[in-house]
Amino acid sequence: MKYVSEFRRGDTARTLAAAIDAAVPADRHWRIMEFCGGHTHSICRFGLTDLLPERVELVHGPGCPVCVLPIGRLDQAIDLALTRNAILCSFGDMIRVPASHRTSLMSAKARGADIRVVYGPQEALKIARAEPEREVVFFAIGFETTAPTTALAVKEAAQTGIGNFSILCNHVLTPAALTAILEGGVAIDGFVGPGHVSTITGTRLFEPFAALARKPVVVAGFEPLDLLQAILMVVRQLADGRAEVENQYARAVSRDGNAVAQALMAEVFTLRPEFDWRGLGTMPDSALTLADRYACFDAERRFNIGYASVADHKACACADIVRGLKKPQDCKVFGTACTPQTPIGACMVSPEGSCAAYYAYGRHREPA
Amino acid sequence: MTAASPFSRRLDLTGTVELFHGGGGRAMAQLIAELFRKHLRDVQDGDAALLPPVSGRLAVTTDASVVAPRWFPGGDMGSLAINGTVNDLAMRGARPLALTVSMVLEEGLPLQELERLAQSLAASAAAVPVPVVAGDTKVVERGKGDGVFLSVAGVGVVPDGVTLEASAIRPGDRVLVSGTLGDHGMTLMSLREGLGFAGDLQSDCQPLVDLVASLLAVSGVRCLRDPTRGGLAATVNELAWAGACGFLLDETAIPIRPTVHAAGELLGIDPLTVANEGKLVAIVAPDAADRLLTVARAHPKGRDAALIGTVTDDPRHFVQLKTELGGTRILDWLMGEQLPRIC
Repeated sequence: MKYVSEFRRGDTARTLAAAIDAAVPADRHWRIMEFCGGHTHSICRFGLTDLLPERVELVHGPGCPVCVLPIGRLDQAIDLALTRNAILCSFGDMIRVPASHRTSLMSAKARGADIRVVYGPQEALKIARAEPEREVVFFAIGFETTAPTTALAVKEAAQTGIGNFSILCNHVLTPAALTAILEGGVAIDGFVGPGHVSTITGTRLFEPFAALARKPVVVAGFEPLDLLQAILMVVRQLADGRAEVENQYARAVSRDGNAVAQALMAEVFTLRPEFDWRGLGTMPDSALTLADRYACFDAERRFNIGYASVADHKACACADIVRGLKKPQDCKVFGTACTPQTPIGACMVSPEGSCAAYYAYGRHREPA
Repeated sequence: MTAASPFSRRLDLTGTVELFHGGGGRAMAQLIAELFRKHLRDVQDGDAALLPPVSGRLAVTTDASVVAPRWFPGGDMGSLAINGTVNDLAMRGARPLALTVSMVLEEGLPLQELERLAQSLAASAAAVPVPVVAGDTKVVERGKGDGVFLSVAGVGVVPDGVTLEASAIRPGDRVLVSGTLGDHGMTLMSLREGLGFAGDLQSDCQPLVDLVASLLAVSGVRCLRDPTRGGLAATVNELAWAGACGFLLDETAIPIRPTVHAAGELLGIDPLTVANEGKLVAIVAPDAADRLLTVARAHPKGRDAALIGTVTDDPRHFVQLKTELGGTRILDWLMGEQLPRIC
């Protein structure tokens, strides 16, 4: 337990906060985006914004796989379960996200669809083995963090000849999202880079981005002191005029990442020509699909289902929130029509979503 | 000739619960006589129990238990059911007078386990002490119950002059907890997940009647609640709405055992959102807070008591938590089920 409490010490936090204050010139206002939804969650849970000077503004990024998945992709999953009689296996996070026509995986389940909450693709594979007469589809979502476990399940299914297993592949890539944020015209001075993604990819992944965009990227862990230290590293780079990739999370992340996981991803996946993101639009080379040799495990090809883009609820500001254009409280329906009990947008459902984090931990800061 | 018993043979405890044990026939009568009444000796004859006249307001409550697993370090389904009801009475300042127990048994439950449960019910009631005066048993087919469902109702008497209401809460009041939080919930969660350190965790299941009596002997207690399901988070949020106030709690002042904290980190569960079964939350007048803390700490069930925050004047009824880092955040009701993180 000491291992955790060491990363939450109040006195060290105050020292770091004072150092951040000292590092930011009095006449500057720096906007720092934490890419990852897990970071957003930690920032809100530990009340970190209270410790930072007003000259440092944290902007919440798109690093929440549930939030960036567009409605049309969720509709595909519901279609598979409801009309193709497949067992659809999903992470619990997705279950309550609103889809088209006031549906969700949860409401589809209530209407008789066989939808099962699993901890990961291996559990879905186990179901496929246990029920060989049924088609079993794993609803694969996530950034580079979860893609290797999906790849492993597909490879295992191929090696052991499991013919009734497939995946609805929605794995997306971090660099495309980072680039899209800046191209979308949001002013960001520096980035706190994703810790879990980087355990797989290594910090090297961000080097071309930092060089091209000339923005500092500091990969960080998830404890409050990790985040404060990373913010300090970003502001020091900004003060020095540097734009480098630095690694605050050295206890888990290396420059080169996990070579085994990377090789597995390279073998099983290939780049999609383009992929539609919620908020960020349709971007080339921003997501993965199964390589041709594993095509028979691709649910989209196996069931011949197409993708249709669907507009978000017109009152919902999720699209602007994942881009860092708006904060949750800028959304008209935040905390009124849209709450965790009655979510309108994905950002309120996912535990990694900015709106859920603000609602759970930070809504006392808003004026009554 | 006089028969010693209406049953030709003694109940075979190596057997299991069968449908006819709930059928109203001889088998049910034998189960009641040789298993339940053997341990629960205060159960009265007749269709309803009679209680002696009392002076004071009556308090009545009921509580169902569906806990899994039924046996856990620090307690079991029987002690949980008894203490749950007894503590609900105690939180209104009531002294328990009598309890009733209803059981729904699933066909196939080993009779030996049922006897252990009856023993636990009896021992837990005796520890309060309070008599179990009436009971009922039903049996459902295999697959239609989860072994045992247990319901305990209780009636108690509130002494004149004792009033514990959320409406009495005022801004500036202090929040006292009687000990470490999260012990029961985290013990069960860890057992279910098969965490290796379950042995270091123990449920806090215990009756609080005596502790409440000690606190009420001192004036200044506005309101009492036991933070069971939903933990401290649910209890304080309920109080904020019922008392039309807000709260500011100090995270570093909230007593949590290191093993409970560690289990929470591993499971991704906040100890403040899981059940306690032997702790109370008292909202107390500011000038009585230190005195009540001393009284609580002098009691064996309040050794780890602490003052953890204050009542605020907040029209939005937020429960705010000053974090260990010095920031603030909302402490909200737990939203739905805790789900595994995916990134």
